[in-house]
Amino acid sequence: MTVQQISFYQTGTFTVGNRLLDEAQRTVQATVARANSLTSGHRACQGCGEALGARYAMDAAMHATQRQMVVVNATGCLEVFSTPYPETSWQVPWIHSLFGNAPAVATGVAAALRVKGRQDVRVVAQGGDGGTTDIGFGCLSGMFERNDDVLYICYDNEAYMNTGVQRSSATPPAARTATTPAMGDAPGNQFGQGKFLPEIAMAHRIPYVATASVADLRDLEAKVEEAIHLRGARYIHVMVPCPLGWGAASHDTIRLARLASECGLFPIFEARNGEVADVRKIRHRVPVEDFLKPQKRFAHLFDPEPDTRRIALIQAHADRNIQRYALLP
Amino acid sequence: MLKQIEGSRAVAEAVALCRPEVISAYPISPQTHIVEALSEFVRTGELSPCEYINVESEFAAMSGCIGASAMGARTYTATASQGILFMAEAVFNASGLGLPIVMTVANRAIGAPINIWNDHSDSMALRDSGWLQLFAENNQEALDLHIQAFKLAEALSLPIMVCMDGFILTHAYERVDIPSQALVDAYLPPYVPRQVLDPDDPVSIGAMVGPEAFTEVRYLAHARQMQALELIPELALEFRQAFGRDSGGLISPYFSDESETVVVALGSVLGTIKDVVDELRTEGKSIGVLGIKTFRPFPLDAVREAIGHAKRVVVIERSFAIGQGGIVADSLRKALAGLHIPTHTVVAGLGGRPITTVSLDRLFRTALSGELGNLTFLDLDHAAVDRVLAHEREVRRSGPGANRMVQEIARANVRIV
Repeated sequence: MTVQQISFYQTGTFTVGNRLLDEAQRTVQATVARANSLTSGHRACQGCGEALGARYAMDAAMHATQRQMVVVNATGCLEVFSTPYPETSWQVPWIHSLFGNAPAVATGVAAALRVKGRQDVRVVAQGGDGGTTDIGFGCLSGMFERNDDVLYICYDNEAYMNTGVQRSSATPPAARTATTPAMGDAPGNQFGQGKFLPEIAMAHRIPYVATASVADLRDLEAKVEEAIHLRGARYIHVMVPCPLGWGAASHDTIRLARLASECGLFPIFEARNGEVADVRKIRHRVPVEDFLKPQKRFAHLFDPEPDTRRIALIQAHADRNIQRYALLP
Repeated sequence: MLKQIEGSRAVAEAVALCRPEVISAYPISPQTHIVEALSEFVRTGELSPCEYINVESEFAAMSGCIGASAMGARTYTATASQGILFMAEAVFNASGLGLPIVMTVANRAIGAPINIWNDHSDSMALRDSGWLQLFAENNQEALDLHIQAFKLAEALSLPIMVCMDGFILTHAYERVDIPSQALVDAYLPPYVPRQVLDPDDPVSIGAMVGPEAFTEVRYLAHARQMQALELIPELALEFRQAFGRDSGGLISPYFSDESETVVVALGSVLGTIKDVVDELRTEGKSIGVLGIKTFRPFPLDAVREAIGHAKRVVVIERSFAIGQGGIVADSLRKALAGLHIPTHTVVAGLGGRPITTVSLDRLFRTALSGELGNLTFLDLDHAAVDRVLAHEREVRRSGPGANRMVQEIARANVRIV
């Protein structure tokens, strides 16, 4: 019997069924010898996008470095759910120091490795959007500016989920959080605020900046593998929906991550030395409502009646992204 | 080798002799000359192998040290004043993780109002951070303490602040003996970390610890720091045997064992105090001095043994616990508990105000006559503050407190000495 050449029109991820693919195309996760950096049994919520993203990113990094890596973690969900003393889920040398200093700690680790002549060991730092775009932003910018030899991965779930869903500077406009309640004239987060860190990272002219999503884990793996082999400061920003914070079903994590990109709100691209180098085109363009509607954090945009003005503003933002990054095929 | 050299430069040379592998620093007066010199040593290759990281803040400086130290590198930084407060979160973290980082604190006041001159408010603010704190009396001692600090820190796996008075020591040119590399190498072995981030033997450092174990962690940190009370005298003795001079230790007595009145102080003011005490002793007054070299851990037993016989104790404080009084005096009272020795707090030299021999002479004579109050501010302009206080009682207050206070003092046209 010949191996059937599958016509794989992907609407999900490459993980499911990818053992049928050509070996070169298979993900790290599909191999029996996968790294298993973050073991099961940790305490992440069901459907946690960050746990999934971190597992894939770190496994890919371990695979690419042949386990010669050190991981620096910022305070946040990922740190809390994976290391409740005396247990740990990490199978890599791992250090957590503070909420806002992961990039600087990683700088120190990289300096120590350099002085000890261990160029084979690579440094990966990781944190959520709060630890990255807000409190750790100064350290991150310093790390970029010095072009320290660190790969920093941000898992963006668009708010402070670890402390009970408060607004971060990555929280999108109109989103309800505990500190941007769905009340008043303009319920939810303000328009015109927030920052899209990948573009700020690009402004530092570092060798590599990329966005990725848990909706396309093969792409995330490929980007981690790509980044890990480069030298200097590298940054990957991963969209990781949070069922708890977004008010969505646990089984919708991947779907929401995909919709975020397919509507244009979360562009997926790669940039080298400050210039966009590659873009992941949108396959099925959807209106932003498709992304907003399944989430309780945007419920006030639709109930009691659709807030067409503000939905149009969000759509305009998505359209700008589509144009700026040329996201349509 | 004897050198006529600036204090900062001497400390930088001492640090370089200790062969740090990573230096992560942010400039702040009056620490700048130290890190400038070290940056130069690294650039010229005089200090090698060593990575010098120019960071974007003190918070990042300490964080870089945390990463490097956890990776097994001998690590150093220096700071002062607002800098140490800005890194405070990471300062606690470094000791909590048991990382033997050595940091020079070029002691400086804390704003507002902004003031770049010397007092001890900065390191005192972090006295309970789990770091050891050593205070240098002069530049020779500052240099020597750094060499001892690396050895002590690495033996205990705890971080150490070596505190030296900003400008008074850092910018003073004095004759100091800079030891040879061979001598320092013989005293200070290469750093063998307690635990490292090793890809071949992965560990998780900095896990989250809940109520069920946190008290135990803190207890162990205390127990580890208390070991320093035995180790410091041993290292000081070893240092004397190797380098031929006394430096460091827990305390430094100066006629304190035979005197009724004992003046207690830390840092560079000890020199001035000893000069005044010498004068008073020629008049037959029973007065001596006790220098505190190690402030954390506080040598309660050594102090009690040294001055438990005194009739009164005068503590010269270069910092001030607002709303409470003296920080060093509190520790003294604890050391002398039950002995009923009057302990007088004297707040002196805040924000760089000179502590003159004339003022100290007047102060000590008041103390010897038994007329010194509980809390004294040396050379305080009473007329100025009384006028401001009186004005405050009459006028509804608004605006930033410290600025207004300074304006009021200026408006009162009172000369600030």
